[in-house]
Amino acid sequence: MKDEPVEKHTIAVLVDNEPGVLARVIGLFSGRGYNIESLTVAEVETGKRLSRITIVTSGTRMIIEQIKAQLNRLVPIHRVSDLTDEGPSVERELALIKVAGRGEPRVESLRIADIFRARVVDSTNESFVFEMTGSTGKLDAFIKLMEPLGLVDVARTGVVAISRGAKGL
Amino acid sequence: MSDDRMTGAQMLIRSLLDQGVDVVFGYPGGAVLPIYDEVFKQNRLRHILVRHEQGAVHAAEGYARSTGKVGVVLVTSGPGATNAVTGLTDALMDSIPIVCITGQVPTHLIGNDAFQEADTTGITRPCTKHNYLVKHVDDLARTMHEAFYVARSGRPGPVVVDLPKDVQFDTGTYVRPDQVEHKSYRPQTRPESDLIDRAVDMIAAAKRPVFYVGGGVINAGPHASELLTRFVRMTGYPCTQTLMGLGAFPASDPLSLGMLGMHGMYEANMAMHSCDLLINIGARFDDRVTGRLDAFAPGSKKIHVDIDPSSINKNVPVDLAVVGDAGAVLEAMIGRWKEKQAKPDSKALQVWWDQIDEWRGRQCLRYTPSDTLIKPQYALERLYALTREREDVFISTEVGQHQMWAAQFLRFEKPNRWMTSGGLGTMGYGLPAAVGVQVAHPDALVIDVAGEASVLMNIQELSTAVQYKLPIKVFILNNEWMGMVRQWQELLHGGRYSESYTAALPDFVRLAEAFGLVGLRASKPGEVDDVIREMMAVDRPVLVDVRVDPKENCFPMIPSGAAHNEMLLGPDDRAEAPVSEEGMVLV
Repeated sequence: MKDEPVEKHTIAVLVDNEPGVLARVIGLFSGRGYNIESLTVAEVETGKRLSRITIVTSGTRMIIEQIKAQLNRLVPIHRVSDLTDEGPSVERELALIKVAGRGEPRVESLRIADIFRARVVDSTNESFVFEMTGSTGKLDAFIKLMEPLGLVDVARTGVVAISRGAKGL
Repeated sequence: MSDDRMTGAQMLIRSLLDQGVDVVFGYPGGAVLPIYDEVFKQNRLRHILVRHEQGAVHAAEGYARSTGKVGVVLVTSGPGATNAVTGLTDALMDSIPIVCITGQVPTHLIGNDAFQEADTTGITRPCTKHNYLVKHVDDLARTMHEAFYVARSGRPGPVVVDLPKDVQFDTGTYVRPDQVEHKSYRPQTRPESDLIDRAVDMIAAAKRPVFYVGGGVINAGPHASELLTRFVRMTGYPCTQTLMGLGAFPASDPLSLGMLGMHGMYEANMAMHSCDLLINIGARFDDRVTGRLDAFAPGSKKIHVDIDPSSINKNVPVDLAVVGDAGAVLEAMIGRWKEKQAKPDSKALQVWWDQIDEWRGRQCLRYTPSDTLIKPQYALERLYALTREREDVFISTEVGQHQMWAAQFLRFEKPNRWMTSGGLGTMGYGLPAAVGVQVAHPDALVIDVAGEASVLMNIQELSTAVQYKLPIKVFILNNEWMGMVRQWQELLHGGRYSESYTAALPDFVRLAEAFGLVGLRASKPGEVDDVIREMMAVDRPVLVDVRVDPKENCFPMIPSGAAHNEMLLGPDDRAEAPVSEEGMVLV
């Protein structure tokens, strides 16, 4: 069982937006030793007070199934959906990337930003803040390219994801 | 003011009554005074004053396990709540329905490090099935009804309702249970019918089958135990029970193999190891049961029936998982078995039973009797022999050797008669649990089979038993050692008995008398019957100090990290089977 391959899964969870619900989810992961690669949460249906949590996690197939079963068992949880398993989905992440420098590196960062379709949302004579949306891999690639050009700071939202097609969660 | 306008404290009492609660186990304090004021003003709800909040939760557990109802606890904020944490964790591990109301400092002081403030919902989040902090009085009644629903539905468990003092004073509108429906929590109880179909086919086709049944059957109510008994008898297959499942199937039935697991029966463990089909109903493949996982029931197909989907494929991958209430599943299986006119392979079954009888012939519970020392096994054999005629015997235990001996030597014909801390292994459980059982069954014979170390952990509850004239019997197998710790030190740590001897034990007879109980003692085998008879004859709480052989170890035993077929049958087996390094690190 130990040699089973580790899989990466994106799980969407619809929960009551009530105090402590995020702590329950996080406590479940830490208490049972599961990984969290990223986690995002925000209210999505204000009228019904429902929040959507998107968790990217990894583990063997047995662990992934355990994670879903354990999440489903939490009382304030309405629905757990494994987007990785349940057909194609779209995953996006937003990052704000601050790069400082003058001269050629500064120009170069702007040029690469253009290729990656990152937007400049703040600029001074010696810095830019780029805003970029995309897959995690695309963000990783862009950030890596910024490193030698004066990368100062990165803020990322973590992955949000939704299934493709007409059906909802 | 209309009928349903009332204060939070009144609302709390009303919600308990509407939920059918007749007893609350509790301890007052500053943050619950408005509630205690309402307790004072009424007489429909009985309050049992314990001596420590941990005792309140264990007593409520004993009440819940012996009745099938939700146990209710009422404690104050801060230390009241933190003292309850062990009991809550115990109830979570053993799936016992509890609603625990904790007082909290007024809402405007929350977060200010106020006197007797603790982050109760934060502390109890991982040790409850669910918890609530009620910030508005109009949410209180709904929250209470939801708490009861959550505690008893699906896989039962403890629920905490944290109630700030100002909310207890505020006036709001009461809602009745039938006006409340939970938004989302609907555990699946009815099994899917095609799974039942497949399960019955697998069961009928088995050649070396074994039923492995656990506390889930007991939690599904007495009817589920009747259905289990009927189904097992229809098949003629062997049935072994977990520590939690004792009583789900009659111990006297020839199809019963008794308890399995670390200190279970040789025949039960060997049957698990050698079976070709394992039918798990309401058990969770606990590590005390499975032993070494990669050698667990090798070559068997496995069916797992559980109400909690997260129990399935957690430790042991299974071939067929049926999610549902044990009673509903058994009923469906019986129906399908009859429809199909299923017939077990009687020839194969005969060979299987011959093999099992050979294992039984090893008489794994054998011990060396003594004329001078009371063997703990002997004391329990006599206890069973002298109480078996009574229909209404309830047993609770503490945790350790005595607990395992009790599980081996006391036999249960019915569910809800056996209260023990299985998952958490809480020393100090048995005495308060016995208090709770006796409150629920005033005329029954309630015995706490105890060890001298465990019982000291909640000994203060003797005082509760005396106050409410609860004639519980505390039957201490006193070997002066933390016996199970000593046993492991002997077997695994070269006999270095580090801190496992209690050098200054109290005189238990005088201790009992100081609390107002009857204290009895047996020091020789010939005295055992007499003290048991006297203990039963006295209509008062009794504590019996049975001075047993301090060196006796509990066998049979699967050493940690070993497989079912590597069981040690007795002290003489020890030399051949050293514990692996991997096994040493396991608990």
